Amino acid sequence: MSTDKIIVTIVGFIGILFTYWFFLMKKEKEVMVKNEVDITVSGGYSPEVISITVGKTTKINFLRTDPTECLHDVVLSDFKIRKELPLNQKVSIEVTPQKTGEYPFSCGMGMYHGKIIVK
Amino acid sequence: MTEIKKTFPIKGMHCASCVRVIEKSLSKVEGVSSAAVNLALEKASVTYDSDRVNDQDLSSAVSNVGYQAILDQTIKDEDVQKKEKQEELKKLRNKVIISLVLGGIIVVGTFLGLNSWTQLLLAIPVQFWVGLEFYRATIPALKHRTANMDTLVALGTTVAFAYSAFVTIFPQIVQKIGIEPMPYFDVSTIIIGLILLGRYFEAKAKAGTSEAIKRLIGLQAKTARVIKNGKDIDIPISDVAVGMVIRVRPGEKIPVDGQILEGESSIDESMVTGESIPVDKTKGDKVVGATLNKTGTFTFKATKVGSDTLLSQIIKLVEEAQSSKAPIQRLADLISSYFVPVVIMLAILTFVIGYVFGPAPTFLFAMLNMVAVLIIACPCAMGLATPTAIMVGTGLGAEHGILIKDASSLETAHKIDTIVFDKTGTLTQGKPEVTDVVGDVLQMAASLEKGSEHSLAEAIVNEAESEKVVLNKVTSFKAIPGHGVEGFIGGKKVVLGNRKLMEREKIDITHERSDLAKLEEQGKTVMMLGVNGKLVGLIAVADTIKISAKEAVKSLQEIGIEVVMITGDNQKTAEAIARQVGIKKVLAEVLPDGKEQEVKRLQEMGKKVAFAGDGINDAPALAQADIGIAMGTGTDVAIESAGITLVNQDLNSVVSAIKLSKKTMRTIRLNLFWAFGYNIVLIPVAMGVLYPFFHILLNPIFASGAMAMSSISVVSNSLLLKKAKI
Repeated sequence: MSTDKIIVTIVGFIGILFTYWFFLMKKEKEVMVKNEVDITVSGGYSPEVISITVGKTTKINFLRTDPTECLHDVVLSDFKIRKELPLNQKVSIEVTPQKTGEYPFSCGMGMYHGKIIVK
Repeated sequence: MTEIKKTFPIKGMHCASCVRVIEKSLSKVEGVSSAAVNLALEKASVTYDSDRVNDQDLSSAVSNVGYQAILDQTIKDEDVQKKEKQEELKKLRNKVIISLVLGGIIVVGTFLGLNSWTQLLLAIPVQFWVGLEFYRATIPALKHRTANMDTLVALGTTVAFAYSAFVTIFPQIVQKIGIEPMPYFDVSTIIIGLILLGRYFEAKAKAGTSEAIKRLIGLQAKTARVIKNGKDIDIPISDVAVGMVIRVRPGEKIPVDGQILEGESSIDESMVTGESIPVDKTKGDKVVGATLNKTGTFTFKATKVGSDTLLSQIIKLVEEAQSSKAPIQRLADLISSYFVPVVIMLAILTFVIGYVFGPAPTFLFAMLNMVAVLIIACPCAMGLATPTAIMVGTGLGAEHGILIKDASSLETAHKIDTIVFDKTGTLTQGKPEVTDVVGDVLQMAASLEKGSEHSLAEAIVNEAESEKVVLNKVTSFKAIPGHGVEGFIGGKKVVLGNRKLMEREKIDITHERSDLAKLEEQGKTVMMLGVNGKLVGLIAVADTIKISAKEAVKSLQEIGIEVVMITGDNQKTAEAIARQVGIKKVLAEVLPDGKEQEVKRLQEMGKKVAFAGDGINDAPALAQADIGIAMGTGTDVAIESAGITLVNQDLNSVVSAIKLSKKTMRTIRLNLFWAFGYNIVLIPVAMGVLYPFFHILLNPIFASGAMAMSSISVVSNSLLLKKAKI
């Protein structure tokens, strides 16, 4: 195998490993929420993982600043909530979880993900 | 200290004194330096220290004195939103046209010898103006270490564009390594154009999936004609309160739920219940908001307003169902969360394999295949497959008076193989009438039953009233569930009930056996009256079978579902009724709390059971069944234990609900098959797996066309469900 092919192979495999590490091995930062939290919707959700208290009503304010069509809806299927997020407008929802556990939320197409941890 | 000024609307103001009251209350809040309320604008302007005062404080100060502050002005009204959406769509359309026109010029230009520099100039606006949205979505996503559809498009087109720009600016370098310096601006521009074209059609089609809910919201009347001090006044629907008297003329919409006080009319309730025949209503009857008054003028008292009306409840239920997730979607979700990173890894692998093993010039071969892989992958179709079908399915259901609680109920309903119908009120009208009286027992029976709440008791008391029978005083009355009633009349112990009660009381029924058998064979419920341990007579009561029962049972049997009837009646009566409607399996003499057990028993036999009942008395059985169907619940649709609630009384709706579930699931399966199959088949083709055998490769331009089509086809397939006959 010629040198250039060896280099391309090595760089390619490094690229594959990097992609795996970059997208699939990220650590989620959990944010503790007392009563209310603002989640910015831009290229995902920040904060992405929030923890809330069981049995208590928590207000979650979504503010979408990213025009990506994918992020247009936010779906909290366990709470049966689907909300349109108009660009640059705050949309508030309230959840009162009755059971502890992890409740994922996502964009309308399931491409972007976030999580509510109920403790 | 951070002093800010905030202006917000106030609801509920009528006069100048309101102004002072609100101003005073707001000024009292610690940290508020000034408060001014404008009556004409119905707005308050407050200056306050934002470190010490928050929205909640202001809101409670206003609500404490009986008004409402609208502080959460975050949602624009619907018209504005609609306009914005149309604007967005128009912008998208223009971008599609520009990119396809410029791309088209480049494609034709490559054949006519258009020079590379001109091509570069044409491609720049497409890549960085039209394609800006792909970068805009990619950059913040990368910051979050996530990737999506836009990341793939941005990567793919950037690679094609950057390579083309490079060969245009430095053709000698490319030539030196033995590659003809040919740019691929056609690839980068046409890909962007076609993908945006797909997005444009997808956005248009997607709007159609939520049409049902918009139509339901649109049903709401805007105003109500309230009678106040003898005068008719039109007021906005939001101001209607419980207890107000409202007049409705022919051809008008009934604004809220209520009860007719005066007048009669024929009312078209099809928009809410799905029943196409108008219903005649008169004094005392309930009317449903948003239905259409056809013939007469009447007045009614508002009993439910705002979010309590039937229509509001239906809208809420449909919205919730559309937001829930079907179990079948979980796999798609799991896959799509890994999809894009995996595609990027496959694209790199494609490049490596193409470069190492591909034909010369290997770099070009590898690059074009890599771009094709990035472009062909379509995670959107997978993400859209289930929710769009659920939205159309639940919406279609609502239009037919079939309300589905959540997506998993819709999914379960298609699997059921057994349906258990409760007899009274479900298969029958639930309004029994006395048909036969054997012996002089009506007076005693009615006197006893006066204290009972059972539907059979009502029939006996009604019969006594129409016969003008004077009732006696009953002492020590007792109802024995599943048996009957007992009490003392004039010192004698009187019992009225079924065989079980007679056995319990050790009363001999042999001498009435032939009458008993005859009546029971006619499907009548027979009650026996015993006085001081002796049988003195019989009363037979029968309930009218619903017109739709026979047809619905037949339709269910035709689609392979076993139909079972469950009732507290004795075997003979039950069998007679079952025969009339065509049901072969009967579970008779089941006590009210035994229905749940019977459902459980069927489930233990491996059956998937649906239970159809009235939703009020049958809650445990409805909850126990794999799917609970609450029938004809009239004005209360929020039945927790039921997976499916039918607003109308028509038993054919049960068949429709199951058909709807089957059709929706078929659409979902087809969507998922298409979305997954598309990626599973075309990604390897784009990677070049067919190249060694057939020399087949996927041109990146075709890849973008196929990719644009895949989402559209999934959404269109879901929209086809709208036309389904259920």
